[in-house]
Amino acid sequence: MERSQRFWGWIFIMPLTLGLTVWVAFPLGISLVASTWRWDMISRPRFVGLGNFIRMFTADPLFLQAVVVTMKYTLLNVPLQLVIAFCLALLLSSRVKGIGVYRTLFYVPSLIPVVVSAAMWLWLFDQSFGLFNVILEQVGLPPQQWIFSSEQVIPSLVFMSLWTVGNVVVIFLAGLQGIPRQLREAVSIDGGNAWHEFRHVIIPFMSPVIFYNLVIGLINSLQTFTQPYIMTHGGPSNASLTYLLEIYQQGFQFNKMGYACAMAWLFIIVTILMSAVLFKSSGRWVYYEGEKK
Amino acid sequence: MRSPRLTAFQALVTAVLVLLSAMFLLPFLWQLRSSVMTVSEIFISPPPMFPRVPQWKNYLDVFSIMPFGTYYFNSLFIVLVNIVGALFANTVIAYGLARLRFRGRKLMFSLSIATLMMPTSITLIPTFIEWHFFHGINTFLPLTVPAFFGNALFIFMLVQFFKSVPPDFDEAAFIDGATYPQILAQIIVPITRPALAVVAIFTFLGSWNDYLGPLLYLNERRLYTLALGLQSMLSQYTSDWHLLMAAATLVTAPLIVLFFLAQKSFVEGLTMGGIKA
Repeated sequence: MERSQRFWGWIFIMPLTLGLTVWVAFPLGISLVASTWRWDMISRPRFVGLGNFIRMFTADPLFLQAVVVTMKYTLLNVPLQLVIAFCLALLLSSRVKGIGVYRTLFYVPSLIPVVVSAAMWLWLFDQSFGLFNVILEQVGLPPQQWIFSSEQVIPSLVFMSLWTVGNVVVIFLAGLQGIPRQLREAVSIDGGNAWHEFRHVIIPFMSPVIFYNLVIGLINSLQTFTQPYIMTHGGPSNASLTYLLEIYQQGFQFNKMGYACAMAWLFIIVTILMSAVLFKSSGRWVYYEGEKK
Repeated sequence: MRSPRLTAFQALVTAVLVLLSAMFLLPFLWQLRSSVMTVSEIFISPPPMFPRVPQWKNYLDVFSIMPFGTYYFNSLFIVLVNIVGALFANTVIAYGLARLRFRGRKLMFSLSIATLMMPTSITLIPTFIEWHFFHGINTFLPLTVPAFFGNALFIFMLVQFFKSVPPDFDEAAFIDGATYPQILAQIIVPITRPALAVVAIFTFLGSWNDYLGPLLYLNERRLYTLALGLQSMLSQYTSDWHLLMAAATLVTAPLIVLFFLAQKSFVEGLTMGGIKA
């Protein structure tokens, strides 16, 4: 039985083994090697050592611009997304009539393809006939430039991403429903108010979920691509040139494959460092059930 | 239990929810409204809230200016192959990892989980280079073949699910002379239906919504998926918002239908894949 388990075990996980080799190990290796070469996929590649990395910091203003844009977007998007999703989840966990309908309504925008929401919001943001400026005009406020000005483009894209906050809400909601009722009731029996319940029961209990959404939100925000690619092409004047968009341009539009791989490696190193810092700090504020203090 | 304070509070919550839902719905309503207007209605100032006569023929016009039928076919084909691949690969892999004991099992499971944390942007270019060497550019292969190698999130989810099935079932079957593939096909798969539905739905969603993949690998118009088709229409017909919004609705419609048909699996999948990962 043991031998047959070993035999069938490896047979069953064969796709996984092959997949990890072909879609993870090879690509990582290819990318690492390519990052030290200058290569356009047509002419002979030339070894440049750390040249690609040095060029990023010394001779490529677009690279620095992409770093700044991505940071700006992430620092604005992640906290807003967490706070708004958490508040919505709290609202949606209350017991009122038709709560299922509301939950569905908040979730649906996160289902639709990014291309569709990009098309939709491009039209919503239209300066003369878009819904937002129509509303602003109706209430007597000056129309805005939204994604068509370099100051407003990042906040506008964040605004748009908040519309698709539903998938974060669902995860918070599931967490909230896992809080034992007795715990919440115990607070009011001890004479505590809603704030005490929030501060001493809900927040500690939800901290692992908050942490999960923080990490995922961070990784996703850092990799924003489709919205700026379709809606602004990174503009106006590179104000929405995100890091992944710049990797795409270097690799697939300028055919600088080696340089794009070097950028990707720098990205993964920074992401790992950020996640490591978050995980390290999590010991202090994330509370896991069943963990001894 | 129903104190007046409580009902007042509930009324307030309901009011807030209604207001917020209206805000979340507004972009959809604007899209639908624009999709049935005439060009001239779109550009009236101040813009009217409703069309005078709904122009349903805009939806037909989309098909005549763009080969949307072909795009539908391409998208559906890719999605179906992905679902077949995902159902097969993830079930088999997860069964091996969850039910059979052999050396290296834990390591492979951890490696698979580790890929969840890996940003996709790192593999983007090298995977493209691989497909370039395999002559996979401008074929559906790069968009379908990877599904047959499993997906870490689904593997994780199914392993959790399989572990909750009591082991007596397969042990008894094994003693009766059944082989492992037979046990998997005849005993495990039937009780795994709900979890497999989740895999199928989220594969549908991921594949239908994928934009970056088709963008990288498909350059010929006849191979375009709906996502690419909509994007190319967006760059060609920059001010035909009535047609663009009709097209956007056409791309979204199958998803909305799927969502309402399988709402329960959606919620299950989100909490299964989300929280415990």
